Amino acid sequence: MESLAERKAEILDEFMMFDDWMQKYEHIIELGKELPLIDEQYKTEEHLIKGCQSRVWLHANEGDAGLVHFTADSDAIITKGLIALMIRYMGDLPAKDVAQADMGFIQEIGLQDHLSPTRSNGLVSMVKQMKLYGMALAAKQSS
Amino acid sequence: MQEKTMDIPAFDVAHVRQEFPILERKVNGQPLVYFDNAATVQKPQSVIDALVHYYSHYNANIHRGVHSLAQEATQAYEDARKTIQQHINAEHAHEIIFTMGTTDAINLVMQSWGRSELHQGDTVLISALEHHSNMVPWHLLKQEKGIHIEVIPIHEDGSLNMEAYAELLQNGVKLVCVNHVSNALGSINPIKKMVQLAHEAGAKTMIDGAQALPHAKVDVRDLNADFYAFSGHKVYGPTGIGILYGKEALLNQMPPWRGGGEMIASVTYQSSTYNTLPHKFEAGTPNIAGGIVLGSAIDFVNTLGVENIERHEAQLLNYLVEKAAHIDGLKVYGTAKEKAGVFSFLVDGTHPYDVGTLLDQMGVAVRTGHHCAEPLMNHFGIPGTIRASFACYNTFEEVDVFVHSLERALKMLR
Repeated sequence: MESLAERKAEILDEFMMFDDWMQKYEHIIELGKELPLIDEQYKTEEHLIKGCQSRVWLHANEGDAGLVHFTADSDAIITKGLIALMIRYMGDLPAKDVAQADMGFIQEIGLQDHLSPTRSNGLVSMVKQMKLYGMALAAKQSS
Repeated sequence: MQEKTMDIPAFDVAHVRQEFPILERKVNGQPLVYFDNAATVQKPQSVIDALVHYYSHYNANIHRGVHSLAQEATQAYEDARKTIQQHINAEHAHEIIFTMGTTDAINLVMQSWGRSELHQGDTVLISALEHHSNMVPWHLLKQEKGIHIEVIPIHEDGSLNMEAYAELLQNGVKLVCVNHVSNALGSINPIKKMVQLAHEAGAKTMIDGAQALPHAKVDVRDLNADFYAFSGHKVYGPTGIGILYGKEALLNQMPPWRGGGEMIASVTYQSSTYNTLPHKFEAGTPNIAGGIVLGSAIDFVNTLGVENIERHEAQLLNYLVEKAAHIDGLKVYGTAKEKAGVFSFLVDGTHPYDVGTLLDQMGVAVRTGHHCAEPLMNHFGIPGTIRASFACYNTFEEVDVFVHSLERALKMLR
């Protein structure tokens, strides 16, 4: 299993290749296609993260070897790509790593605007939600 | 909205653009194409200068001071009130109440007129096109007093169903509360006719003119509206200032809403008597700079000529409608015959958020989402639209850039 730091380096390398915004967004759109999709039964109000515009559904559970497993979906394709990126970074890791994940790489790949609360795309709440789940699971596992 | 005069002077958009310093900006490395004017318009240099001039030269609290600065500031504030009175052809300057904006003006009517005149079982009639700001205040009153809220339906093109309106009026409606121009679709509602019908049915009228003032001549006496509200920032003025126009007799009958300084005649420890109009509704130190600068903004509009602005924006809209017709899968929301400055649309197989995000990368600012008109979006069964909206400084070249950028974005998304 790769560590958060290794995953971060890999994502940074990948985004370094792009010369312009178009390539970058085309890549994000491609990433969206690899998103581990949420099971239809979880696409409910309860799993809906309310952003102003695009809808985001997120589900988390304790997967193999006690790791945090995420699935998600969105009706907007750029949002979907960004979620896929978050899950690639934080998914299937020990709960305490998820809870403490450093999100600094977002800025380094020039996508910080998407995580600003003013974007109202639900991503900020989603990252918060992912970390909260990590925290809750870590607490449960240590008790 | 009014008969156009034939002797319109030349309107030179290149010259107009020079008045707006922000238009020189680049966004994401591209020249800014600002098509989010229905949300707020950019400000001309004369308005920016008026704001700086006030704070640099005669900032003082108004109405009470005997010193020169206070006199000057009071004079400028009250002159602005007169400018606005003349602009919308109100009978008296004291029928012009300074508020924080349209939302604040509607809340004033709800809190003062609504809470004293509306009782359990009374009906307030709104339209399916309303902005949340013209719904939520009435929801509050519904919770408090048990009033009814009825809704005038719309046709598929986004125009109001006037037959249904006439019928709804027969059910003891006390207040009709509609927008003059829809912010989400751009439809212009037949306000003069609607006010006439409302009055025949014994109802008062509250018109939300936030989207009308920037685009057309508004004459409150001709419309015969009881209340008419608009915002400064949508008509080239600053944020945080707006106007409630009300007929003198009505405003006089209404109790004050906010209490404080300025709005009183005399005060003892136990009670107070209230000042006359317009001060009765302007408690506390007002937005002095905002009021004065709104006057400058109205001067700017009148220098250009509101008919010229209206004609220019209509030409831009026609041009965009024509060009957009070639885009596969593009559906326009709001195709009423009478429209002002708004192009609201969706494209098959894409989400407004995605389109808006990519357009921003190309320097094009539009609004995406429900435009604070969620019930209207639900009516169409859509999460929201992409909205391009015009102001006096937009150009045909910008429409070209917009269409080209949109096509590029769609190519990436579909």
